[in-house]
Amino acid sequence: MLVEIVFWTFAVLIVLSALVAVLSKNVIYSVFALLFTFFGVAGIYVLLNADFIAITQILIYIGGILVLLIFGVMLTSNITSVDIRSGQIGVFHTFWAGLISLLVIAGISYIALSTNWATSSSHSEQKATIETIGNSLLTNYLLAFESSSVLLLIAIIGAALIARRK
Amino acid sequence: MGIGLTHYLVLSAILFGLGLFAIITRKNAVLVLIGVELVLNSANINFVAFSKFNKLNIDGHIAALFVIMLAAIEVAVALAIVLNIYQNYKHINVDEVDTLKE
Repeated sequence: MLVEIVFWTFAVLIVLSALVAVLSKNVIYSVFALLFTFFGVAGIYVLLNADFIAITQILIYIGGILVLLIFGVMLTSNITSVDIRSGQIGVFHTFWAGLISLLVIAGISYIALSTNWATSSSHSEQKATIETIGNSLLTNYLLAFESSSVLLLIAIIGAALIARRK
Repeated sequence: MGIGLTHYLVLSAILFGLGLFAIITRKNAVLVLIGVELVLNSANINFVAFSKFNKLNIDGHIAALFVIMLAAIEVAVALAIVLNIYQNYKHINVDEVDTLKE
């Protein structure tokens, strides 16, 4: 029973704050609504026994990505002018975009509901996943792990080079 | 009624649709990035949900970790590009940016 309450709480939080983030006219409101979406997704991860992913979500998404997005808003909008408003396309295009998004949601949900997923309901072990993740990162996924570190280095250098004032 | 795999899949489908809507309708580059983040989060929910309910053990968690890392890289590089666009155009409307260099 407790699992149901927690799941529905986080699900409603995620959907409502994502709606605000998508539909709000003010960019600042969108970014701060995204904060609640990320927190809700982290709660869903905890509910799914993914403790390390939840911590990573909070550290990187909220501590890193959200701060970068707020920097992006602050550096590219004139607070004093109306430029902070997000530009939006016409009503006609918005209607068709909403229709397409609803169709995509309905299609994916239909697939998810009608497929007979091969679930194994015996999830008895509830131990922490950090040790297992660390072991497999340094054994099975070593190449991906090391190349991702190289990719991070390249991205840092590239971003610094692009954003540098001439 | 227990919370099963399909609950998580439908939740991530809704999140995906909202992110898609933001990507389609928004002109502001930062809001397009927000839509991309929502889509990546919905994919991550799917990875972790399948990892729990289908005995994928830890592989789904690893995939979710790499997706989070790639999202961080993507936002850093995209923000650098957005700042450059702002220096050249004084706005960041993605539909009006149509030249690579002044």
